[in-house]
Amino acid sequence: MAGMVPDQTPSAAGDGYRRIVGPLLLPTWVVIGIFLVLPVALMAVYSVLTKEFRGGVDWQFSLAAYDQFFLNRGLFGDEPPTLEWTYITIFWRSIWQAAMATALCLAIGFPTAWFIATRPANTRGIWLFLITIPYWVNLLIRTVSLKFLIRDNGPLNEALMGAGLIDGPLPLVNTNLAVQLGLFYSYLPFMVLPVYAAVERYNFAYSEAAADLYASRWVTLREIVLPIVKPGIVAGCLLVFIPSLGAFLAPDLLGGAKTFMIGSLIDEQFKGSLGNWPFGAAVSMILMTLVMIALLFYARSTAKGGAA
Amino acid sequence: MKGVRHYPGFLAITILCLVVLYAPLLVIMAYSFNGSTSITTWGGFSLHWYVDVFTGAEAARFGQAAWNSLTIAIIAATASTAIATAAAVAMIRGGTFRGKRATFALINMPLMVPEIVTAVATLIFFAMIGLTTGYLTILIAHITFCIPFAYLPIAARLQGIEGHYEQAARDLYASRWQAFRLILLPLMAPGVVSGYLLAFIISLDDFIITNFVKGAGMETLPTAIFGSVKQGIKPNIMAISTLMLVVSILFVTLSYLINRKGRRAP
Repeated sequence: MAGMVPDQTPSAAGDGYRRIVGPLLLPTWVVIGIFLVLPVALMAVYSVLTKEFRGGVDWQFSLAAYDQFFLNRGLFGDEPPTLEWTYITIFWRSIWQAAMATALCLAIGFPTAWFIATRPANTRGIWLFLITIPYWVNLLIRTVSLKFLIRDNGPLNEALMGAGLIDGPLPLVNTNLAVQLGLFYSYLPFMVLPVYAAVERYNFAYSEAAADLYASRWVTLREIVLPIVKPGIVAGCLLVFIPSLGAFLAPDLLGGAKTFMIGSLIDEQFKGSLGNWPFGAAVSMILMTLVMIALLFYARSTAKGGAA
Repeated sequence: MKGVRHYPGFLAITILCLVVLYAPLLVIMAYSFNGSTSITTWGGFSLHWYVDVFTGAEAARFGQAAWNSLTIAIIAATASTAIATAAAVAMIRGGTFRGKRATFALINMPLMVPEIVTAVATLIFFAMIGLTTGYLTILIAHITFCIPFAYLPIAARLQGIEGHYEQAARDLYASRWQAFRLILLPLMAPGVVSGYLLAFIISLDDFIITNFVKGAGMETLPTAIFGSVKQGIKPNIMAISTLMLVVSILFVTLSYLINRKGRRAP
């Protein structure tokens, strides 16, 4: 350190910036504040307004959107309210699909991350790069490519039939499995990267100690490795689960009416005169609340992990 | 001792992982060179569909969409990189200040809020202030969600640069601006370039938010492709996809190489 300025902390060596922090951050505050924070707040307001028939809203307070989501009042709205299952089912299906995609990502992503982290240091970068490249290819193009590959008379089915493994084409498109595959394909790198980061920091001396005490590989993995790299696994699961929950492209292109998910439900509310903006805003609020709960859960689990 | 690092089957799963990741892309690339007009049968190698992309019936529509995508990506990446660079300098070099944690949360907010929610909120905001959806609204939305993507590599790079260099410059009577322009900026340049390229690709990639705020008659490449794909996957879409795929991979490879080179430097 130069050591000429007595009150200088080591971390703030370029201290000249301290006094202009405000101006430097102003563009960020303004842009994200006005074009993201404010819109989200406005969306919360819209969710409690009255629907206007040409799309849009009347500035009239109403809980109709949330009522429509949670309660069934019969065809003419005069029956005693019961729980409405239509939208809860769509949410439940989305959660299930996202959870399955997350499980699939973990099943493939963990061994891959482990394998990469145990390569010599100079080749790890290349492996990681290979895993991340597809992520940077346009998501729409990736989803379309996947659909092309797995469709009824697509290359995958032709190859399988050509090899004599199946008699007729596997009907993959428009199934839950196709949507899960699409989500898996969309977000796999989000699982591999944090798990890799955790495994890379793992001290293999623990595994050696376990081996010396006659623990098998798999017992070591379960009892020693997994608890230690858990924060990376939790982070990866969250990074896959959250975008999967609100995904639009994979369910829309790879799925059908039976695989309708939250993203499509929201999308529908803003398309043309059939839309319902307050309801779309309310569904978005509910989705965001779920995501925030997941993030809070994560924040708490990492806080605990840090203290241990 | 190599044994504890090795798990049988993990190599196979890694290979499976790579096959799953690359097979759809390779298949679509291969079929874009298909000479047949049917997408299911192979009619020999041909550049027919690439010619079609530039001269066919949909050439004007896709050309305009590509132009929109490209100009939006360039402007959005430039603006968000400038904003993110200023923010990174303040966050990493500004010491501790009030509201630092809140600012950090704010920068990362576009990554936390689900994309579809951002899309809805942004559409409602533009409708509310009465701004007609079109080129400008797409641009504003893109600049906003590109900020964290530009910020992350820049901040990571800045964190690795020690303060001595600027301190030395300041001791030798360089002004704050000179110390920034002549010392810090060149040192953080790989991070800035990397951030720019990532922001560029993220902008080029976006479908959901663009689809909400684009308005009628306005198309970017992803929304134009989506519109076509709804009627079935045609070979010219595969050719366009292959072109976009190559551009993306080129950009990411460039970003990777620049970053790696930057890391080797002092």
